[in-house]
Amino acid sequence: MGVVDQLGLGLAKTREGLLGSLRRLLPGGRKLTPELCEALEGALLAADVGVAVATALMDAVRDLVRQSGEADADSVRAVLKKVMIERLRTNGKVETVLNAPHVILLAGVNGVGKTTVAGKLAGLYGRQGKRVVLVAADTFRAAAGEQLELWGRRVGAEVVRHQAGGDPAAVAYDGVAAAQARKAAVALVDTAGRLHTKSNLMDELRKVKRTLGKAMPGAPHDVWLVLDATVGQNGLAQARQFHEALGVTGVILTKLDGTAKGGIVLAVAGELGLPVRYIGVGEGMEDLQAFEPEAFVDALLGES
Amino acid sequence: MLSTLAAKLDGILKRLRGHGVLTEAAISEALKEVRLALLEADVHFKIVKEFIERIRVKAIGQEVLQSLTPGHQVVKIVWEELRALMGQHQVGLALSSMPPTVIMVVGLQGAGKTTTCGKLALHFKTNGKRVLLVAADPRRPAAVEQLVVLGAALDVPVHRADAPGVDAVSACVHGVERARTQGFDVAILDTGGRLHIDDELMDELVAIRAKISPHEVLLVADAMIGQDAVTMAEQFDRRVGLTGVILTKTEGDARGGAVLSIKAVTGKPIKFLGTGEQLDALEPFHPDRMASRILGMGDVLSLIEKAQEVVDRDQAEAMARKLHADTLTLEDFRDQLKQVTKLGSLEQVLDMLPGGQRLKELTAGSMPGKDQEVGRMVAIIDSMTPRERRDPTLLNGSRKQRVAKGSGTSVQDVNRLIKQYLEARKMMKMLSGHGGRQWLGRSARTFS
Repeated sequence: MGVVDQLGLGLAKTREGLLGSLRRLLPGGRKLTPELCEALEGALLAADVGVAVATALMDAVRDLVRQSGEADADSVRAVLKKVMIERLRTNGKVETVLNAPHVILLAGVNGVGKTTVAGKLAGLYGRQGKRVVLVAADTFRAAAGEQLELWGRRVGAEVVRHQAGGDPAAVAYDGVAAAQARKAAVALVDTAGRLHTKSNLMDELRKVKRTLGKAMPGAPHDVWLVLDATVGQNGLAQARQFHEALGVTGVILTKLDGTAKGGIVLAVAGELGLPVRYIGVGEGMEDLQAFEPEAFVDALLGES
Repeated sequence: MLSTLAAKLDGILKRLRGHGVLTEAAISEALKEVRLALLEADVHFKIVKEFIERIRVKAIGQEVLQSLTPGHQVVKIVWEELRALMGQHQVGLALSSMPPTVIMVVGLQGAGKTTTCGKLALHFKTNGKRVLLVAADPRRPAAVEQLVVLGAALDVPVHRADAPGVDAVSACVHGVERARTQGFDVAILDTGGRLHIDDELMDELVAIRAKISPHEVLLVADAMIGQDAVTMAEQFDRRVGLTGVILTKTEGDARGGAVLSIKAVTGKPIKFLGTGEQLDALEPFHPDRMASRILGMGDVLSLIEKAQEVVDRDQAEAMARKLHADTLTLEDFRDQLKQVTKLGSLEQVLDMLPGGQRLKELTAGSMPGKDQEVGRMVAIIDSMTPRERRDPTLLNGSRKQRVAKGSGTSVQDVNRLIKQYLEARKMMKMLSGHGGRQWLGRSARTFS
């Protein structure tokens, strides 16, 4: 099953939301009235793209109408798609350069699915024949270490963990050392969820990052922010703060298998230039996929 | 939470208040901004639209335009509509007259169900109830362990299936049965996270509900959730039947428009707010107070209740006298800082004060933003001699250096503290001289 199909499945419920209504509103050649504009803007807002992005998209649509006199569903769709893809194609490096081990730090607020992403990424790399070490640097949440350990067993990856309540930076250090000793290709460092507004916890995360660099010069090679697709405008605040603290290199968008559309990534990618790397489209082990801007936008807008 | 929304609405409406005569255009302009503020706070766009329309109809009505204080009238209308959106009164948890009271906790993955179960358990335990936690999430790896760890930390027993592979429904039935036979007052069922469109898993919740007839079915929702809050809450309510909502992670900077969306589509009351990672961070939700808070009118009632819990009464009364007498010494300032930190972070306290939003903006930079800074400020004051504390003008260069050394800070820090103290004094003077609103107007002028 291709990525588009799978995403299409995951995002099937969003189809009606965006272009379903557009098609109903704009049967061939009808003029784009202010009422239709408002309805279209509403559909964009409902996808959590935010007021700023919705306004930018609507401006593009109005420009089109101004140029061509009238607009039908297809041309509106095309212009929306073009502007959305432009926003998602950021200059961030998307190529994963493999060091040995390639150290990836996973961060995000509570409950976005960091541990699950760590497990699924381990599975993904494992299937590519890479040796993976999972590092349980979430020493705060009850049973987070156990959860990661179960994932490790499931995907056949070694898990490095300390006692609950231990120093996350110390676990991170040991994890990288272990990955080097085992000649692992990838070390995935799972951290405790934290709200981006808690300065002491963000400092702790900065320390984890510094410590990774001490264990291995150049590490972490990637810092990935995990965002929940159900998040609203706060997603941008999260991305801003985590980026400022850690220098995020990519975003992983989880829980796209619900009815949420994850439109906030348009704002995150547009404003901060952070590329989306992977999307989570289900609870299964293989439901983590490489992000394709075009497929994502197609799924968001619905059938062409 | 909701503080940035509060700041925005407060600013927009303040401009309206200033108008002697309100034109329709001025109201429309303000309502446009209110709309944007609500959308950015993640209130569902359809709810925003209806809300704005209702206010427009009322605000443009004759009695408002002809009243002597049209601006205030509009603010009042917005406040009433907000309160209506959020529900009128605080609604607690219904305890059954025939124990055990059974509470079923449901929600999406990652909303914070398990932590919330722990918080509810502590809530009942501190009220002298015997609580049993029931682990009903056999799917997520280590979910049961998480609840067991929480139970151990709280000294609350956790019922878990004795054999692997027991389904969630039987785990709940057995748990409730055990609560009944062993004389527990409350049983809290921690169900697994699920998507509201996952038919199989939603059916499981329906089955649990049918088998055990819980007294409460609480939806746990993340305060950071966006427009999808509406679909999610609607589905859970339609299929499982909710009795209330608990909003989690409200201590961040999410504007929490989900409160409004969820209440609007389900009509079910928000019962509690989760306000931190610690297990005692659970607060009852007061809709009317929250409406005031959103409009920058402050939530003085919550602050007073909180203060009654943590502040030494005699000390508070002594402090109140001092404030009136306008003789705030650095010693008082220190006691005040200590008391305030007991209430929660300074930000949280400011959120509850009338005009706290404006105060936060005005004093940005000079106000201690982080709690650890309060510790440092206290250390600086502790390093002064009693005479210096009573009369900070004594502090010359060499004295300041000594204080800085003694407290492990720098002379700049000492200077900053003195400046903050003087500012606090100035504010206190204004507070004791005027009512809240005049004070606000005054302070805005003084600081600008």
